[in-house]
Amino acid sequence: MISRILAAAAEEGAAAPNPLIPAWYDITWSSVVFVVLLTFFWFKVLPGFKKMLDERAKAIEGRLAEAEAAQRSAEERTAFIEAEQAKLRSESSSIREEARSEGAAILAEMKAQAAAEAERLQQTVKNSLEAEREVAQRVLRAEIGELAIELASRIVGQKLQEDAVANKVVDDFISELEGKRA
Amino acid sequence: MKLFSALTLFAAEEGGFHPPSIMEFYPEIVAFEGTIFAINRIMMIRLIVLAALLVLFYFWTRSFKRAVRTGNVVPGRFQLLGEMALNFVRKNIAHDQLGEKDGDRFLPLLTTIFFMVLGMNITGIIPFANIAGSSVVGLPLVLAAVAYVTFIYAGIRKHGVKFFSNALFPAGVPKPFYALVTPIELLSTFILRPVTLALRLLMNMIAGHLLLVLCFSATQFFFFEADGLFKLFGAGTLIFGFAFTIFEILVAVLQAYVFTLLTTVYIQLALADEH
Repeated sequence: MISRILAAAAEEGAAAPNPLIPAWYDITWSSVVFVVLLTFFWFKVLPGFKKMLDERAKAIEGRLAEAEAAQRSAEERTAFIEAEQAKLRSESSSIREEARSEGAAILAEMKAQAAAEAERLQQTVKNSLEAEREVAQRVLRAEIGELAIELASRIVGQKLQEDAVANKVVDDFISELEGKRA
Repeated sequence: MKLFSALTLFAAEEGGFHPPSIMEFYPEIVAFEGTIFAINRIMMIRLIVLAALLVLFYFWTRSFKRAVRTGNVVPGRFQLLGEMALNFVRKNIAHDQLGEKDGDRFLPLLTTIFFMVLGMNITGIIPFANIAGSSVVGLPLVLAAVAYVTFIYAGIRKHGVKFFSNALFPAGVPKPFYALVTPIELLSTFILRPVTLALRLLMNMIAGHLLLVLCFSATQFFFFEADGLFKLFGAGTLIFGFAFTIFEILVAVLQAYVFTLLTTVYIQLALADEH
């Protein structure tokens, strides 16, 4: 198609130029444009572009490393806190255990003390009662003997001369009384 | 001014249908006529594209510098666009074909070729320019010559004189066949490569421009000079013109990509070790 168009065009113009043969000014301006652009891209645009890309890669890498370090330190802190917590937990449970056993011991001791105290009190009371009884018995015995002698002497009207006989009579009497009471 | 009038298209033409002609690509010389610095409309477009590229990439470079200075790793919208553009050549073309080390070595050249071809191509559909800066043979020719010199340089730098023998006498071919293979290799590697590079770009741009001119001048003719129902044809040619404009954007980007990619592949083949 192109060749037909070109042929048609060539018929019209008397001296149609060959489009494949360049004019000198055409070459000149093409070269000027090329050289200027090549210099511009080579020494201005591409170094700036490359520098920007490098800086960006560096910045992104730096930030990644930073984030990684932060994460690592956070993980370390978490692990530390967890260990601390576990330690505290075991400590507190051992303290609780100790307290419980101590409490049980104290309770047992108190109970024993109380029991001993009660026993002692009981014993004391019993002893004192016994003593009282004995005193009372003795007093009673003496009094009753005298009373009985007095009574008997009054009744008999005669004073018993011999104490031994009198004592024997009284004792016999009391034994009798006791046997009766029993 | 002569310079300004050169920028306006089809100024004050007579009536009638004007088919596109090859003279589209040889507009009037407006300055330095007869010297090697002669300037016509297309040369002016090239210089304007050059200025636009310089300004655009200057601003991008500045935003890269600001990002480095402030330690900002999150690019803004404008900066991101620049990164995508430069990374397209760096990663998708240079690093993919040549690896990181050699890719970075040839990156200035490849970046220049890509954005230069793209910038020059895209003026083909930009209003008031309406012709590609790469639609005259000089520019494709210069770039193809640069690509040619570069891949030969890369080969000689890596393999010394053996580069030529490796290229002309490929290993693993029985000796008698060299009589057939060597001329073919010579033709394809050292003659056809630069020629096809230049012609592919040039012809794409010439054909694109002629198609657009054909569509739009036909539309102009049908709308304003044809009678009766023929005016309706104008709608059809207008739609075609619109579609081809979109297509030319694709072609502009694609040709820039293809030119750069082929240059990279030639460099890669020159660097490749003998198998």
